[in-house]
Amino acid sequence: MSRREKTWWLIGGLVLVVYCLFPIAWIVSLSFKAPSDLSNGGFLPTQFTGQNYSDIFTGSASGLFLPALRNSFGICLIATFISCILAMFAAYAIARLDFPGKRLILTTALAVAIFPIISIVTPLFNVWRQIGLYDTWPGLILPYLSLTLPISIWTMSAFFREIPWEMEQAAQVDGATTWQAFRKVIVPLAAPGVFTTAIIAFFIAWNDFLYGISLTSTEAARPVPAALGLFSGASQFEDPTGVTAAAAVIVTIPVIVLVLLFQRRIVAGLTNGAVKG
Amino acid sequence: MTTTTLPPTEKTQPKSAPRGSISDRSRSERRLGWLLAGPAFFVMLAVTAYPILQAVYESLFSYRLTDPANRSFTGLSNYLVILTDPLWWQALGITLFITLVTVAVELVLGFGLAMVMAKALSSIRPVVRASILIPYAVITVVSALAWQFAFDINTGFVNSWFAWLPGIGTDTDWFGGTWTSLLVICLAEIWKTTPFISLLLLAGLAQVPEVLQEAAKVDGATWWQRLWRVTIPNMKAAIMVALLFRTLDAFRIFDTIFIMTAGANGTESVSFLAYRQTIARLEIGLGSAVSVLLFLCVVLIAVGFIKIFKVDLSQARGEG
Repeated sequence: MSRREKTWWLIGGLVLVVYCLFPIAWIVSLSFKAPSDLSNGGFLPTQFTGQNYSDIFTGSASGLFLPALRNSFGICLIATFISCILAMFAAYAIARLDFPGKRLILTTALAVAIFPIISIVTPLFNVWRQIGLYDTWPGLILPYLSLTLPISIWTMSAFFREIPWEMEQAAQVDGATTWQAFRKVIVPLAAPGVFTTAIIAFFIAWNDFLYGISLTSTEAARPVPAALGLFSGASQFEDPTGVTAAAAVIVTIPVIVLVLLFQRRIVAGLTNGAVKG
Repeated sequence: MTTTTLPPTEKTQPKSAPRGSISDRSRSERRLGWLLAGPAFFVMLAVTAYPILQAVYESLFSYRLTDPANRSFTGLSNYLVILTDPLWWQALGITLFITLVTVAVELVLGFGLAMVMAKALSSIRPVVRASILIPYAVITVVSALAWQFAFDINTGFVNSWFAWLPGIGTDTDWFGGTWTSLLVICLAEIWKTTPFISLLLLAGLAQVPEVLQEAAKVDGATWWQRLWRVTIPNMKAAIMVALLFRTLDAFRIFDTIFIMTAGANGTESVSFLAYRQTIARLEIGLGSAVSVLLFLCVVLIAVGFIKIFKVDLSQARGEG
């Protein structure tokens, strides 16, 4: 690459970074604005204040925000865990065994992944009310599986297909027991794929809004995205903008931490699961 | 137009017992396969097939949750009501508009970002990669709020920053009209979902054989010619998969519209219409019918893509 070409790609890279981070920078900046500062028409606050953050953690908005944060973490982690366990067995079978129905399972996973969520919400709303799952954790964990399970099966079977399974036999030839071969050889090879899948499944569950607003009504099960929608709609606060921005920043922190720590794996997981020619 | 592609390489077939002679081993393998994959398969069906069947059933009734005593079987009349109502066609039109605009822009922009990522110097690559993942990982509601606040007449900075442009002043109300609202909705959607497309395209770019690029260069092809005749034809599978996924995703748009306009000023999408009928108005019968129609649209788009563009998903998945 010539020097000039290099400079151009470097500028392109900078534009990309600004493009990706600008809205995040904006909401962070907004979360530090005092109510009187909100309509200053500028990007930055004239004076930084932590008032919005103390509002959501200890103040007027904490009753809405803190339970929602706990619900989001609980429901998303459980849904991610269940779908990873189920997907692990399915992906092992798909990657390693030869049985009819492999394609059927992958096609079903694809069909479920493109399923319009609202078509599930409408009947569940009615059924959940009748059987008492409305506004409960299990009432959200079950439908969340429709979001997390298909992507988990796809991503994990793509990862598992690349594992050199012969090494298990090789270890057994060398004198390892079946259990040792599995634990010492296969588990370390499979763990990164399972872990990456879990992160991606968690992102998807964390992102849910439609199930969250439709199948909950109180802080018993309402997740953060649904609560964020209510901040902006409710008139109980003078101007909910600053508080909403602060809550938005808080829910963004976990995903940013995951991205920073595991970026390389996430990219591999996303592209492995979708494009492999 | 001539295109340069490598001949397809022979795929190694998974070894399996010849037909007709099912050995004990393959029979037990078959049983084990379903034993392991069965639970996941069953759960997927339980959380989707069952609800959609329930929705089909409920769509045949005139049923309002606030008035359960008057639930009555009305056949297809809910569908007739919807299909003759301009609201449905308006919502469908808006949904199609948003889908077409966002997917088209995202494809071009995503390709540009993928090129930048592919060429990024190794020193800045981790920064670029982490940045591109952030819009993907941030929740849609937060993205919608950020863009909404930025354009908002009170809290925003867009009006004061771009006041020098004709038509924009400090009193421009972006969420006061259909087209300006749609513009902001599309911007937020594009920002949030382009990274996903560009990552898929980046994976496709990596599969274009470097030899072909070099050969074309030696033959005196310009950058533009190489792009259209070498790069793009060789990553057709990746482009199609990215297009299919994003189109179906865009067609289901809900979160951004809910946050930004709540369907005001004729910005209602099909998903939002179904939501409003069921959850807000408790018209279970009508809402179910809209849901079923939306489901049929999604199936139609998916089948159309696979038939017309010959998207071979199993090939794209590396599944022989």
